[in-house]
Amino acid sequence: MANDAMKAWSKKLRQIYGVYTGVFVLFVIALWIGESLGLSQKYIGYAFLFGTIGVYAAIGVLSRTSVVAEYYVAGRKVPAVFNGMATASDWMSAASFIGMAGALYLQGYDGLAFIMGWTGGYVLLAVLVAPYLRKFGQFTIPDFLEERYGGKLPRMIGILSALIVSFAYLVAQVTGVGIITSRFVGIPFEAGVFLGLAGILVCSFLGGMRAVTWTQVAQYIILIVAYMIPVIAISYKHTGVPIPQVMYGQALQVIESKQKTLINDVKEIEVRQEWKKKADELNGRIKGLPDTWQQGKAQLEEKIKSIPSGDPEKAKIEKALKDYPKTPEEAKEKWTAAMKEAQAMSKPPKSYVAPPADTKGIINFLALTFCLMVGTAGLPHVLMRFYTTPTVREARSSAAWALFFIFLLYFTAPAYAAFARSEVLTNIVGQAFTALPAWVSKWAAVGLISIKDMNGDGIIQFSEIIIKADAVVLATPEIAGLPYVVAGLIAAGGLAAALSTADGLLITMSNAISHDLYYKIINPNISPSTRVKIGKALLLVVAAIGAYVASFKLAIIVELVAWAFSLAAATFFPALVLGIWDKRMNKAGAVSGMIVGLIITAYYIIGSRFYGVDWFGIKTIAAGIFGLPANIIVALIVSRLTAAPTKELQEFVDNIRYPKGAVRGGVEE
Amino acid sequence: MITKQTIEAYWRENKVVMSLIMLIWFVVSYFAAIFASSLNSIIIFGFPMGYYMGAQGSIATFVILNYLYSMKMNELDKKYGLEEE
Repeated sequence: MANDAMKAWSKKLRQIYGVYTGVFVLFVIALWIGESLGLSQKYIGYAFLFGTIGVYAAIGVLSRTSVVAEYYVAGRKVPAVFNGMATASDWMSAASFIGMAGALYLQGYDGLAFIMGWTGGYVLLAVLVAPYLRKFGQFTIPDFLEERYGGKLPRMIGILSALIVSFAYLVAQVTGVGIITSRFVGIPFEAGVFLGLAGILVCSFLGGMRAVTWTQVAQYIILIVAYMIPVIAISYKHTGVPIPQVMYGQALQVIESKQKTLINDVKEIEVRQEWKKKADELNGRIKGLPDTWQQGKAQLEEKIKSIPSGDPEKAKIEKALKDYPKTPEEAKEKWTAAMKEAQAMSKPPKSYVAPPADTKGIINFLALTFCLMVGTAGLPHVLMRFYTTPTVREARSSAAWALFFIFLLYFTAPAYAAFARSEVLTNIVGQAFTALPAWVSKWAAVGLISIKDMNGDGIIQFSEIIIKADAVVLATPEIAGLPYVVAGLIAAGGLAAALSTADGLLITMSNAISHDLYYKIINPNISPSTRVKIGKALLLVVAAIGAYVASFKLAIIVELVAWAFSLAAATFFPALVLGIWDKRMNKAGAVSGMIVGLIITAYYIIGSRFYGVDWFGIKTIAAGIFGLPANIIVALIVSRLTAAPTKELQEFVDNIRYPKGAVRGGVEE
Repeated sequence: MITKQTIEAYWRENKVVMSLIMLIWFVVSYFAAIFASSLNSIIIFGFPMGYYMGAQGSIATFVILNYLYSMKMNELDKKYGLEEE
């Protein structure tokens, strides 16, 4: 596009999204007024859910397309700022929006690995990969692998890795959609998943990457507004200054001094001993399996017979029996988790701001940060977004904008965590159990907070409170005493975060199959319109499989997502970076590197998680720390032992290294 | 016509820019984490500096790095006449 046309186009976009933001703010204010006039919480929830999904669907309808370049790369005319917003919401999932602050609350300094890891990756992306991918300018990451290394094998490995990495991630997002809708609107989990998916599909199905891009921009605006309001309010409440990012230093001081007094507090020690007893008892039961499982079951069944029907005790025991592990294996899993929790609670609180004290802790922290950074720069659904900018120059600046928009949320997350923790330490610890604040009882009812008088003194001790990560962001509106509208806004924000990521993943996977596998390998003779049709059909299939897997609510999904980073770090990232920065890298090197990286990482993930494999004490989540260097070393050695790439390939590498001119082989359609 | 020399000189300068950015990236994330407990003894506005670097300092630096990189590369493109038409 010519320069003037581009400027006019950017201006038009700014106007559209400006008006959109204004309308959204008015919508929230209208609901707020409605609430004060007596509009029920149920309808506020409905308004947020259907209002926002309706907007996303409308954007999908308005940007419907069947043109190949529009469908795959949004016509390559997304200006840097908007591609930055789209990348930011593509990137930030339900876990960033709802879980991140909670992880910081629970883990203190250790949780910062996620903050640094998920932002530092964008420096790698901007400097090492994004501009060159844009210059290359086709449609997918496997496209690049085939063009750079030659032959179908690199493409096949690329397709396989893209599918493995993206699928676990997709299931987690679909689960997130189900949880948010069911919790806030009170519809069943499955209905929530269905509704959310319908919203995603209208959008991606009709308009491919074009619709997904413009929806993601809209979703970013909602999620960032929703994230800021509660924490600004709580900062104002605690410190009198509505700038949480600067003011939470005070909260950190409160946390540190309060926690110090708790270490030697007599009552706290009492409670910790109770936890210790509980852990020992559970440990005994685990050791005695499967007999202890049999006995526990028999005891409950015996008890239920002895109680006359109609006794309220009976319902309680019936429920306990229903929740009782079905098999000794399940019992082992459940009891081990409970034992670990009890063990953790039996220790005095450690400093919130101190890094891990032992070498093993520090090494794991660094390894995890590194895997998250490199993994971020190797995730196909993020990389794809850099094909959509008009120029290389815009691709660079869009990587900077993307990081800036992500930064706005991550810069704020530590404030959420610190204010929530200082609130718990000052306003809950030491209170009587009869005087629990309303928000605690509310979130205790759905199991996000559990609080139990372990030593029977009627007073709440810090060690008696267990808070799940999700509770921190979700409960902040109530801690700050904000109206229900804000809770609805948080739900809409979390939903936007989950949906935008799911959108990006769906389209990445459907492209990997329709474009990379079917069109490029199986049947290159199909017409452009058939390609788009196949892509659309696959969107439905992938979405359906994703929803089906999500319906099992497997606990392992959260872990799978974390593993996806290590896998992406150990496969895609080296192949891309070496392909650009090392002219001597050839097919044999890249392929053997990717295979070795994939095998070593997968071996360590499965081995350390299930079979007790342990190299240097590295945890499963940082498995990529072995696969990544292995990939690079193998790739470098093998490439030097085999023939150099052809002269044409070397020219191709030269060519993608600077912005000017077209790329050989970069066919624009 | 773009000569081989131009491309090589451009790429050399690009490598210098890249290395500098990667160096700062490494220092503000990994060095800051390794020395976090000593940094924590410095407290500004209530923030222990070790924690602050991990929570906000490093990521603010990342944003600035990406911005500077984008600026610097645009300059390089112009200097070598390799910018897009």
